[in-house]
Amino acid sequence: MSDKITSIKIAGLGGMGVLTSTQILAEVFFRQGLDVKKAEVHGMSQRGGSICSDVRFGKKVFSPMIPAGEIDFLVLFQDDQLPLYEAECSPVTLIARPAAIDCTKLENKKTLNMAMLGLLSRHLPAPAEAWLKVIRETLPEKLHKVNEAAFELGRKSV
Amino acid sequence: MERQFLMGNEAVALGALHAGAARGAGYPGTPSSEILDVFNKLGGKAEWSPNEKVAAEVALGVSFAGVRAFTTMKHVGLNVAADVLFTAAYSGVDGALVFIVADDPGLASSQNEQDTRRYAVAAGVPLVEPSDSQEAYDFTRMAFEISERWKIPVIVKLTTRVCHSGTIVMPSKPVSDLPKAHFERNIPYHVMVPGHARPAHRRLRQKLAEIAEWNEKEGPNQKIQGSKELGILVSGVAYQHVREAAPEASVFKVGMSYPLPMRQMLDFSASVKRAVVIEENDPYMADAVRAAGGVVDSAPEMYRFGELDVGRVKRILAGDTTPEAVPPRGKPPQLCAGCPHTVTFEILKRHNCIVAGDIGCYTLAALQPLAAMDTQICMGASLGVGVGLRHVLPREEAKRVVSVIGDSTFVHSGLTGLAEMTYNVPPTGHVLLILDNATTAMTGQQEHPGTGRLLDHTPTNQLDYETVVRAMNVPNVGVFDPVRQPAEFEKALVEALEKDELTVLIVRRPCILAVARKGVKPAAQG
Repeated sequence: MSDKITSIKIAGLGGMGVLTSTQILAEVFFRQGLDVKKAEVHGMSQRGGSICSDVRFGKKVFSPMIPAGEIDFLVLFQDDQLPLYEAECSPVTLIARPAAIDCTKLENKKTLNMAMLGLLSRHLPAPAEAWLKVIRETLPEKLHKVNEAAFELGRKSV
Repeated sequence: MERQFLMGNEAVALGALHAGAARGAGYPGTPSSEILDVFNKLGGKAEWSPNEKVAAEVALGVSFAGVRAFTTMKHVGLNVAADVLFTAAYSGVDGALVFIVADDPGLASSQNEQDTRRYAVAAGVPLVEPSDSQEAYDFTRMAFEISERWKIPVIVKLTTRVCHSGTIVMPSKPVSDLPKAHFERNIPYHVMVPGHARPAHRRLRQKLAEIAEWNEKEGPNQKIQGSKELGILVSGVAYQHVREAAPEASVFKVGMSYPLPMRQMLDFSASVKRAVVIEENDPYMADAVRAAGGVVDSAPEMYRFGELDVGRVKRILAGDTTPEAVPPRGKPPQLCAGCPHTVTFEILKRHNCIVAGDIGCYTLAALQPLAAMDTQICMGASLGVGVGLRHVLPREEAKRVVSVIGDSTFVHSGLTGLAEMTYNVPPTGHVLLILDNATTAMTGQQEHPGTGRLLDHTPTNQLDYETVVRAMNVPNVGVFDPVRQPAEFEKALVEALEKDELTVLIVRRPCILAVARKGVKPAAQG
């Protein structure tokens, strides 16, 4: 692995599962033995307001916050949040939008966060099984099936 | 021990557990709220106290029994607990006493940006500043050791970014064979009357002198040799930004910020061509180094506001004072759809009330579209401010003033305000609404003395608001469900506003999030 840090920003509104997906994403790369940092905001911002979190992984990560212009992947849970983060993107930032997911195929629309993780996972160096294992170990059992299906749907989307 | 991926707050909880803390007491406040819950889940004994002052007193009592205690709070909580801190610094402790205090530069969820390092100086207690979860773990453990060795309270100062960032932690072996709790009578040390406090103050200054010397020689400070051209003195999470913004620079990272390792800081500053102090919030270290005769650059005033990040550190180093780009505003937080507070504030708005508000989710009622709260300062202020307004406003205006406080905030700081209201009664009387949603909603649904459940949700005594209010001799007391009985509630409010008497209306309806969490409405979301 090179010294390059991979930086991912996940953005949505409070209640859309931004924190849960951030936790899963960070855990997947933590288990690969990499240095991982995540930064997120709790409290006031979670009352339905705009919320985002940063995950960075690589050989050695210092700041938990992604510097402007260094976002590799911007994952949006809601399209209208893009203007908030556009200025921090670079010409090579890959932006994953919910429009890429056929939401009619989501058994529960609250699992959009897992579908977006599935979409993101196509571009990151970890096998699907590593993601699914963390998803299963993070969420309560009764939610496994619906969330795994959402992840698989996202992983097959383009 | 295996490596773990932990938030700063989780790392503090694990550190306290491995340090053998006998009890943790606190009051929830973002960004500190998760620490005690995690400590409890890991097997530690933890409690929510009515407020930070009581929490600090409980922890002091535990430490007087010769064992290790800690207390958690957000930065403004230390204002409430300051009375304990300043004199516990004199009395000292028998076991250990650690204050975990979380600052909020950038005001992610607070009413101010106060800098806890100033408290360390004012009270005369050591303060350490972790920069990531590993240090949150290590420094918490070290704080217990320092506290026990010098018999002095120690502050671990966190910030929102340290509390809520996840980084890797390698835990170390837990302590074992700590002494059992036992009370050793020591009246001159435990009773701070003037005759005992005078020598106690001298003992405190002697301890601080010794700790300063220890900090110079073996404190948790770190020197990274880099360029001779640029040296950066830094503390807290800003260290991480500095290493990324200026990888070539020499760095002196301050881990214990009070007492400062000043000799080392001066030597370091003199060893490089240009020395720059980078710190969040107040220019505390920069001022101290200059007062000691050091020559350093520091951040222009504009960087005192808000958090630092890699980009801002680069700007500071470049001396860039051009206006910073204003980030676009996202969707602001708001009361949840179906929140019972919404109904209450719609009614207050309809009657053109002047609302002296308080701290909790319901503070969101001050924002559009409701815009139905007129003042909010600190925990419990709704009562005093409302009464003050009633005393001096012209009669017709005074009669529109209503104080509004949540259940947890009422227990935290409203009881004394209620005593004020029933003691110094304004000429037009007064109206207080206690919004009882049966939880500390804003910070994540923690229990409190009014819920009848302990931190771990097991049952205990429940504070009865009606009885308390009646015991304070309020003549008019009513209880309403704002969702089921909006008309009855509105009628009672109008009657109360018309009377020149004291009225307390308890507006009772559980928080919809708390109801959902208890499994009534399971969330499918991941």
